[in-house]
Amino acid sequence: MSIAEIEQEIIEEFEMFVDDWELKYEHLIELGKSLPMINPVYKTDEYIIKGCQSKVWLHSEAVDGKIVYTADSDAIITKGMVALMIRVLSNQAPDDILNANMGFIDVIGLKEHLSPTRANGLISMIKQMKLDALALQGKI
Amino acid sequence: MQNTLQHTAFNVEKVRADFPILKVHVNNKPLVYFDNGATAQKPTQVIDAIAKYYYEENSNIHRGVHTLSQKATTHYELARTTVQKHLNAADVNEIIFTRGTTESINLVAHCFGKLFIKAGDEIILSEMEHHSNILPWQVLCEERGAVLKVIPVTENGELNLEEYKKLLSDKTKLIAVTHVSNTLGVVNDVKEIIAAAKQKNIPVLLDGAQAIPHMVVDVQELDCDFYCFSGHKIYAPTGIGVLYAKAKWVEKFEPYQTGGGTIKTVTFEKTVYVDGPLKFEAGTPNIEGAIGLAAALNYLNEIGLDTIAAYENELVHYATEKLKQLPGVKIYGDVKDKAAVISFNVNNAHPFDVGTLLDKQGVAVRTGHHCNQPLMQCFNIPGTVRASFAFYNTTHEIDVFISALEKAIKMLL
Repeated sequence: MSIAEIEQEIIEEFEMFVDDWELKYEHLIELGKSLPMINPVYKTDEYIIKGCQSKVWLHSEAVDGKIVYTADSDAIITKGMVALMIRVLSNQAPDDILNANMGFIDVIGLKEHLSPTRANGLISMIKQMKLDALALQGKI
Repeated sequence: MQNTLQHTAFNVEKVRADFPILKVHVNNKPLVYFDNGATAQKPTQVIDAIAKYYYEENSNIHRGVHTLSQKATTHYELARTTVQKHLNAADVNEIIFTRGTTESINLVAHCFGKLFIKAGDEIILSEMEHHSNILPWQVLCEERGAVLKVIPVTENGELNLEEYKKLLSDKTKLIAVTHVSNTLGVVNDVKEIIAAAKQKNIPVLLDGAQAIPHMVVDVQELDCDFYCFSGHKIYAPTGIGVLYAKAKWVEKFEPYQTGGGTIKTVTFEKTVYVDGPLKFEAGTPNIEGAIGLAAALNYLNEIGLDTIAAYENELVHYATEKLKQLPGVKIYGDVKDKAAVISFNVNNAHPFDVGTLLDKQGVAVRTGHHCNQPLMQCFNIPGTVRASFAFYNTTHEIDVFISALEKAIKMLL
């Protein structure tokens, strides 16, 4: 699936939670719990993306011309959002990752988490995912 | 449980009507504002005083001969007298207006450091200081080759005063500690700290940012050398704060920043500075801030800080008891003598998750390290959830907060 198709899939998945914050956050928490764990060897300071409050660990590698991301967070809601980012960007070509505008975040009503004042490291995470894609592009 | 607070001679609904923001809705729910430790809301009396200044009196102070300037100058200086009386300072010239607690501490670190700190000297802080009361001293120590000594915190979140007394030596040049912990709400025994320091003739600075909204502060009774606080935490505007400094320090210190308003005469060869607090208030000051601060203090004194303290004490105990009934809640700094602040965590949940789910239900709390990373390291946690109360909060709001927390806990399990 292309990035746009996955974004559309997530938008439809979240449509049933419109106006119900509780279901939406329960879903995010479930997504967080289901996120495949990052290999513990990468859960070190070297791979950390520091938000003010919650931490995110991100590992990126190039596999068959595509970028594969794994990640973890110490906060479960952040982890749920991290799971969404990975679903959209992992296993995609570097160029497509660099061009992704991640518009679905706004559509599903999680834009507030992109504000720097939420300080959960999500913006830094997307930035890091793109930087890694750019760096790995040369090695493909 | 509502009935338990009825004996307090205090009409909370009446004071709530003074705070317009309490009527707003957040996420379609009535706002429950429990982040007063970060900043307090402003009553109409303060907002009106600021508006009145801009509608009727705005002009620059201390310079104009015209009527408006004299009016503004009078009100700015009256604000200084209001602060003096509020703190029971011996002299109005001991009150310096700053931008807030942070600037007050920086001012002392700069001025005191310049005159008195040399290599090998020691400055004592505590493990529970806000970063604002660590960084200025750390910078000073790095510049001068001086050493920071740190009073440890006990498991209960209290200062270990036995260890403190062991730290005092001939090398100690200054003690800078917080009156009330911003994270835990623990009220420190500053009288004992000051008494021990005085035996060795060591000056003491108190960070009063979290104490001033909750209790009567008498700087002469405390006998501290410096007392710092911010206006915005005491229902006044942001950008105005106070440094109380004993007269002998005001006299000895050289200007912190230089500029207009600080001088008697200027030539290119030499400048002679004014005496008193104006020496430290270079440039056009925050005039409306000072006027707003005076309005806030007058408002509080009309209600009475003792009344406020008694009511807030009941709120904090009510909330503590309710929190303790929830499984998995751990309160940090659960001591008898504390201001209206509760720091806690739930099971292994990250404070960010708990704070996010409370916000979705209209409850505003603070989460994170509270600019208090060394204390978090001491407890070995990434942060806490902090609920901090003001006298306009109610037991009903605490009930809303508790059921919102119950829902959050259920969701995070």
